This record gives sequence, C-alpha cells and structure tokens, in this order.
Amino acid sequence: MSTQQVLFDIPGPRARVRHRVLAVLTLALFVAVAVWLLIQLRAGGQLDANKWMPFLQWRTWTTYLIPGIGGTLLAALIAILIASPLALGLAMLRMSDVAPVRWVASVFVEFFRAVPVLIMMIFTYFWLSQQEWSVDRWNPLIGVVTGLVLYNASVLCEVIRNGVASLPSGQREAGLSIGLSTVQVRRSILIPQALTAMMPSLVSQLVVIVKDTALGSIILYYDLLTRSQQLSSAFSNVVPAYIVAAVIYILINYSISKVAETLESRQRRKRRATGGQTTDGAGPTGVAGPAVDPLVEHNTKL
Amino acid sequence: MRSSTFKIAALAAATTLTLAACGGGGESTDSGSGGEEGGSEPLTIGVKIDQPGLGVQDGDSYSGMDVDVARAVAEQLGVSEDDITFQEAPTPQRENLLTTNQVDMIFATYSITDERKEQVQFAGPYFVAGQDLLVAADSDIAGPEDLDGQILCSVTGSTSATNVQEEVPGVQLQEYGRYSECVEQLANGTIDALTTDDTILAGYAAQDQYAGQLKVVGNTFSEENYGVGLNKDSDRCEEINEILQGLWDDGTMEQIISDNLGAADYTPNADLNPPEIGGHCG
Amino acid sequence: MLELIDQFNVFDAFWTTIKLTLWSALFSLLLGTVVAIMRLSPVGFLRWLGGSYVTLIRNTPLTLIIVFCSIGLWGQFGIEPASRDSPTFIVDLNFRLAVIGLSVYHAAFVCEALRSGVNTIPVGQAEASRSLGLTFGQGLRHVILPQAFRGAITPLGNTLIALTKNTTVAVAIGVAEAAYALRNMIEFRPDVMLLNFLLIAIGFVILTLPTGLATSWLASRLAVKR
Repeated sequence: MSTQQVLFDIPGPRARVRHRVLAVLTLALFVAVAVWLLIQLRAGGQLDANKWMPFLQWRTWTTYLIPGIGGTLLAALIAILIASPLALGLAMLRMSDVAPVRWVASVFVEFFRAVPVLIMMIFTYFWLSQQEWSVDRWNPLIGVVTGLVLYNASVLCEVIRNGVASLPSGQREAGLSIGLSTVQVRRSILIPQALTAMMPSLVSQLVVIVKDTALGSIILYYDLLTRSQQLSSAFSNVVPAYIVAAVIYILINYSISKVAETLESRQRRKRRATGGQTTDGAGPTGVAGPAVDPLVEHNTKL
Repeated sequence: MRSSTFKIAALAAATTLTLAACGGGGESTDSGSGGEEGGSEPLTIGVKIDQPGLGVQDGDSYSGMDVDVARAVAEQLGVSEDDITFQEAPTPQRENLLTTNQVDMIFATYSITDERKEQVQFAGPYFVAGQDLLVAADSDIAGPEDLDGQILCSVTGSTSATNVQEEVPGVQLQEYGRYSECVEQLANGTIDALTTDDTILAGYAAQDQYAGQLKVVGNTFSEENYGVGLNKDSDRCEEINEILQGLWDDGTMEQIISDNLGAADYTPNADLNPPEIGGHCG
Repeated sequence: MLELIDQFNVFDAFWTTIKLTLWSALFSLLLGTVVAIMRLSPVGFLRWLGGSYVTLIRNTPLTLIIVFCSIGLWGQFGIEPASRDSPTFIVDLNFRLAVIGLSVYHAAFVCEALRSGVNTIPVGQAEASRSLGLTFGQGLRHVILPQAFRGAITPLGNTLIALTKNTTVAVAIGVAEAAYALRNMIEFRPDVMLLNFLLIAIGFVILTLPTGLATSWLASRLAVKR
C-alpha cells in the first residue's frame, strides 16, 4: 500500500515498535471481544449442534434458503430492469426544453427520493390488498418492486443527469455545430456517453436494491430474510438463522460490488488509453481502496 | 374463561395470526370460477410450513397436527398418500388460494369467522384453541392478571397483545415481526410472556430446542374454532364433517394432538373439545 | 386530516423519527470518524479492521442489523441500555437499540464519506504537514481531518438524508416511529389509505428537504478554496 504512505512517514525503528504494540493491543481487544461473544452465545445455547444441524441438511436449503435467495434476486432484478429505462425517461424529461415537463419530472423525482422505500412498500402492499382485482399472492412482490422502482428510478435519473453534466462542453458544442438540434444532441451524443459512464454505478446500485429487498420481509414478501425467519421458526434457531442470512447477503453483495469495481477500473483504463479526461480533477492524496465514488449517496441507502 | 372483556379482546385478536394479517386486506377476492375437482384423486392441501407442532415442512416431508389431521381426512376421502400435495398457505393469502382453486382445502390454524365465511366455507371445527400465554417453565404467571409490570411479547400489528394491555395497563409490550423471535427472547429470559393461540404456543414449547424451558399457562381467554377451509363450490363439506366427527369418536384426534403437542404437557381445553362439528358449510 | 394526525399521534411518531435521526447521526459520526482514522492509519491491522467493518456492514441489510440489536445484543449478550424498573423500559430500550443499530450501519457510510473528503485534499497538504515534522496523529488533527470534513459535506449530508429515511426500519423491533404510525393508520382507517400515505410521505419530504438545502449551502460556503 505504497500510495497510503502520503499520510505518514515510513516508520523508523521506534515507530515500528509503537505500531506493533498498538496492533497487538487492538488485536488482543478484538480477540477478547470475539471470545466473550462466543462464550455468551454458548451460554445461551446458540452454539448447540441441534441449532446448526439444519444448515448441514440439503433439504433446509432447498426448502427455505435457496427459494429465499431466488426471491431476493427476483425482486432485485425486476426492480432494476424497470427502474433503469424509467430513469432514462425521467432524465430526458428533467432535461426537457419545455419548462412544465421539467417541473413535473422534478417534483416526481424529488418526491420519491425523499420518501423512505419502506413507506412506499407498506402503502402499495396494503393498497393492493384493498383492491378487488389484485391477486393476493402477487401483492407482496408488487409492493416490494414498486417501492424499489420508484426510489431507484429517481436516484438513477440523477446519476444520468450528473453524467450528462460532467461531459466536456465540447461534446455538446460539436454536436450543435454540425447542425443537430438540442434534443438530437442530447439523445445521440450526451446520453449514450453518460450511460456508458454510469454502468458501474448501475451495478453498485444493485447492491442497494438487494439490501432493500429485505424490507420486503415487513410486508411478508418471500425473500431471503422472510425465508430465514420461517426456517428459524421451524427449527427454533433464530440466532443461527440470522447469522447465516447475514453471511449470504454479504456474499451476494460483495460479489456484486466486485463486479462493479471491475467494470469501473476497466472503464478508467479505457478512458486513459483513449486520452479522455479522468473523472476526478482534484489531486487526490491517493488514498487506497475502490474509488470512493462521488455518489456515496447511492451506497448509503439501506 | 376469563372476564368477558378479555373474551372480546381476544376474539378480535385472534384474527391476526401473523403480522400481515392486519390491515386493509380481507376484501379482495376473485369470485371463485367454479371449482371443478375432476375425480376424487389428486388433492392439494394448504398448510403452514413454519408453525412447529402444527405444520412444518422439512424437505418433502410435512409434519404437525394440522398436517396429520389433513392426512387422516384425505385417507377417509379415499385419497392415497401419494396423491396428496401439500402447499404453503400463508395467513393473508388463504381465502384467495381457496377461491382461485389453487388448493382444495386448507388446514392451517384457520379460525372460522363470519368475515371469512363470506368468501369460503368451513368444515369443522375440528379443534377449539384459545388465546393463552407462554411463559418460562419456572414462571409464576398464571394468567393475564399477573402481567402487571411484566414484558409481554407479540407480533407487530397483532391486536391480541394491545388488548391485554388495555386490560392490564402495567404490562409492557415488545413487538417483533415473528413469533419465533418472541419465543427466542422468552427462552433466554429477556421477556416474560408471549400471547397467541395455545396450540401455536404449545407447538413452540414442544420443540426439542426448548424442551423443559417453556410452558403454556393453560388458562385460555378466547375461543378459536379451527376449521377446514374449502371453496364455496366444494360439495365435500358435510362429508368432511362426518369424517372429523369420526376422528374424534375413535380417538384419532387425541392421538394426533398428543403426538404433536404432547411434549409441551399441553392438554386442550376440555370444556370445548371435542368441538361441536358442523354448521359452517355453504 | 387533522383528526387523523390527532388520532394516530403523527407528531409524536415524527418526533421519534427526528430523535432517532439526531442521536444516530451523532453516534455514527463519532464511530465513522474512528473507523475512517483506522482505515487511514499506519498500523496494518487497524486498516484491515476498519476495512472489514465497512465491507461487512455495507453489505448487510439494515433490517437484519436492527433486529439483531434486539435479539442478539439484548437477548443473547445481555446488553440492556435501559432500566428495568422504568415504566417505559421497553420503549426506551427499543429506541436505544435502534439508535445503536442505525449508528453502526451508517458509520460505515460516514467513514466512506470522510475518505472521499480526504480524496479532495491535494497531496501537497499531507507532504507539507510531514515535512513540518507533524506525526500522523498531529497531521490528521490539524491538517487532514479539518479539510476532509469540509470536503465531505455533500456525502455526509446525503448520509444524513438516508439515515432520516432509514429510521423507518426501526419498526422491525416495534419502535413507534413514522412507519409504525403508517401501519396503524392503514389498519384502523383503511378508508383513507392514500391520505395516510401522503401524510407520512410529506412528513419525510419536510424532514429531508432542509437537510438537502443546508447541505448544498454549507458545501459551497465551507468548500476549501484552492
């Protein structure tokens, strides 16, 4: 981590000793806490074999966990597939030359960005179950997807707008100078570039969506969390079931963010190769880690 | 039976078995499009899959009191074991599953209520449960009146606990999404009691993991008539009633109850069981 | 509408939402700063610990974290940040457990916001502080962090807005905040479903709008001129 060393000098012998002492102390603290947690879990009987045995049985996975993962991914995929085009449409409307169109789109976007996803899910679910024509078994899924779509379309709309705004002005000017109208410039020059640039954030948005599907358990959508709760009811192992569910969520989301990172670094390399501008102008101190996207907000949701 | 206030409170409560059963629902129905059941053979039965002692799915095998009653009924209807398909019937979807003929009958702690009878018909009741309390094995709590200053657990959106609270204002309410979370907290001693149907409570208490740790108080303060949910067009309702009567008469029901809930030292309310079967068809 | 607000204590519910937000904002800022310092520190193990924290927490659903605060922290580990003798024991306890869950979760995002703030600082600043002979701690305190906070106003503001909305998840352990109120309103007044929703939704617009405006105002005012 040589880039890291901007913030501190290469440690001399004394500093090295100090660092080592610090590391050992925190490690000891860390181990102590971990051991204490394990002792407490053991005392509470949470480490008993009969609470963990169900996870070694293939049928537990086929009955509860795999359908749960399926439910989570299904809702997440439907949501992103609907939200992306909707976001594109909203972005076009928000950049429209007709002022009232712009206003309506802006109110829509700002409203659904401000309302918690859970509130939208609860409302949609109960509203649907009030309707004569609705099919009860689809209500939870529709409730979850509606909440996710409205929120994420609004967020992605802003990502697209930021993407367009960050393009060099020469792009727009060049388009206008060859006789394209503003609408044509936006449609065939600006937005395609913004979309390519936003691929990584689209993928990392998927992490947010996957996590948000867990809210569906509150309206009884059969996602991973709900299925884990069923499992824990059937086998009386609430704590182990939640631990396993958390691990599965972390694995799924970690893989998705790895894909997003790969996409991002590939894009950055491509841009550098073609001599285009890099996204960050300010001289970074080169803190290591995945480029902390300026859109932290998108990772911040649930 | 407790005071009559409790009875009313608990009756209102009992309609809510899991959280999502609350609220706006209840009215949505596609009027059943005529239940053709062809031959008597393949039979799809809706059950709970995560209710210990009543209906639990483990891979392809199902177990529990409701499941056993369903099997016994199916057998006498002439349906062989292999032709039964069990399917999950979540609380908020039960009426819909029946009216759209996705399942032929439902055995899933399904209380007979007038509201539900507008949409479906019930054979039975095959069992009368009641709202009760689950407490630690060494607890002194003998009924709702002992809950003053204690922590009572229930699921969000369930009116059962709120009603107890109105009766005993000193009780503190902890709400979770699922009963299993309440049971876990009860077992580790952080809360004092959990309230819902005594069968559900007995099911949890009977699980190996909680053996000897929990007990059902055995002082019910409501009446829950568990029926067999059927599509209104089904012509088997009376036939099932006779079968259920037979199951009580020859001792099968008692056997099923003790097989599934016996480990919890649970005895059904003797005043109300065996129940008065019939009268809810059509 | 006024009668609805009155009947379901909508103001109380939003007051709980606001209190949840403020306490969690405070604790997540503190915890997040500590984690950020760990991630920037010269000690390898601390960097690893900070990094793991962010990775684990950021990829776990908040619902799970909040429920675990009640079932795990309280139930299993006996951490009971309220007095059993109090007549409002459960209410206090759930509120505080929810604050712990929300703080732990959002600290990961505060940490990342601060790191992005550090990214806005030119390398020369860090080099200059080292050439003055400042240690890592001194440099952090006098040079890096003050600028990092100012550079991180926008992501921090976004985290605060997200936090405000995420307080709704506390309904999973029965905290009577806005989402809890909405459930009740829907259950007992299903006849005015849309009004129920709009009431709560607009409440959140009112809560988050000033944060957004204040963020952009502060961001432009406090931006480090370069």
